[in-house]
Amino acid sequence: MKLRVNAFWLCAVAIVAGGLVLTEVLHNDYYFNALYVILQGTLMAVAWNILGGFTGYVNFGSAGFFAVGAYTSIFLDKYFGHTLPLPVLIAAAAAVCALIGLGVGYLSLRLKGVYFSIATLAMAIVFATLISNWRYMGGARGAYILTPETFLWFHSYIQMLFMVMLLLTLGAVAISRNLNFSRLGRGLAAIRDDEVAAECAGVPTLRLKLISTTLMGALMGVAGAPYPFFVTFVDPASAFSLFVAVNAIAMPMIGGTAHWIGPVIGALLLGSAQQVITVTVSSEINVLLVGVMLVGFVTLAPQGIVGLAQKYFRRRPR
Amino acid sequence: MSAPVLTVGNLTKRFGGFVALQNVDVHVNAGERLGLIGPNGSGKTTLINCISGALFNDEGSIVFEGRDITRMPAHQRARLGVARSFQIPKPFRSMSVLENLRVPLEYAAWSRAEHRHITDEAMAVLEQMGLKERADENSAGLTQVDMRKLELARALAAKPRLLVSDEAMAGLSSSEVDEILEILLALNRRGVAVIMIEHIMRAVMRFSERVVVLDAGQKIAEGTPAEIVRNPQVERAYLGE
Repeated sequence: MKLRVNAFWLCAVAIVAGGLVLTEVLHNDYYFNALYVILQGTLMAVAWNILGGFTGYVNFGSAGFFAVGAYTSIFLDKYFGHTLPLPVLIAAAAAVCALIGLGVGYLSLRLKGVYFSIATLAMAIVFATLISNWRYMGGARGAYILTPETFLWFHSYIQMLFMVMLLLTLGAVAISRNLNFSRLGRGLAAIRDDEVAAECAGVPTLRLKLISTTLMGALMGVAGAPYPFFVTFVDPASAFSLFVAVNAIAMPMIGGTAHWIGPVIGALLLGSAQQVITVTVSSEINVLLVGVMLVGFVTLAPQGIVGLAQKYFRRRPR
Repeated sequence: MSAPVLTVGNLTKRFGGFVALQNVDVHVNAGERLGLIGPNGSGKTTLINCISGALFNDEGSIVFEGRDITRMPAHQRARLGVARSFQIPKPFRSMSVLENLRVPLEYAAWSRAEHRHITDEAMAVLEQMGLKERADENSAGLTQVDMRKLELARALAAKPRLLVSDEAMAGLSSSEVDEILEILLALNRRGVAVIMIEHIMRAVMRFSERVVVLDAGQKIAEGTPAEIVRNPQVERAYLGE
């Protein structure tokens, strides 16, 4: 076990170092744009998987949390006259979305299965309506954000944003991985498998589900917080886009939901494919790609890539 | 006679207009083996759902080891030492057999478990249940009898003071019934009170020190197995007039 912990952290350090090297080697900002989008997708997928994969509650409202994270940044940036540093905005977005996660959990966790999913979708629509009618936030017309002029030692702002997102994503993966192997994670898995049996085994199901929704919300807020600085223009239609929510579901489904690495694999695979197709074919095809891959995996490999791999290794004698 | 570990007083449970249980009084003494029988639909499972906390009763009280647990959620009752198995096995399907036992050890029995030796404790329970060879198998792929054993093993891993076994033997062969019976008796010898719900009369009569009979939501008889067998009311409940 000790060895595996070290291996994980070694990988994380290597990835951060690799990211830093990239910022020195690559000078075309497009690559960092593409990588940022892929990482943002990964972070969203990892966050979705904590509730959807580990706990078994399918959330269709991911875009709501993401957008609230983004709009928290916009609000604070505007209110404090562009003085707050990015980490503060990210922390604030995490806190706001954690609270929303807790609230949504408290209101809707009595609902099971598809009813819960619909409630989360409704939540996202409520927030979209709210933001669309809030003049200060730009309303339905959207809000512009000025990209700061300073970007530490990097060569461009997007490079810095890419490194920030890389660190955030690695942090989320580390949290998700720890959760997967922990006592808490086993409690969540018990809830997913059979809630009544879990309760009778002493698992405080309501409390654990609230922890799960809160953590999920916080991480999605974190994913959304730097988004305004990435696109410089945010409107409700793009921030609350169903595509954000669908990606957050599709990526873990393709990678495999029961294991922490599943959403990471799914997000890297699907996210990269989307980027490549957007550039080489068309940006419309990449929407189709998500649909086709999702249908393919749900019918042929419902446990995702991780499930396929586990099956393969189990069949071979150890 | 020892003090009761569980006292159910005047318990009533309704589902809408239907009265599933009416003014039922049941007690279990410490270390006792109590059989709970009755025809289908007589309220046995509803009663143990109320005892374990899966359902809340409308009237009456439930006292466990001197504490009123009537309004306590199920997971807290499990922590106090009330464990149950399910009539239809409910394994945690994504987990191995061993991991299935980790859940009650890490939650229900957490305050009483050796935190560093959870796996050893789980293995000890599996060994006792004869499931040791299955430890690493996926729980969803077990045979019926092993699934029943896993149900009981998971209840045991919660380190209960009172075990409620809900038809752990239904559908099993005669030798498998004996196997489960032996496990329950061994458990009882270590001081755990057991409520056994069963349709297999041979098993209930051999196992129980005392039997309570429910019919249509009411307790119609209570006594030693020998008394119950001769009770005309019980005969009528099962066979009709």
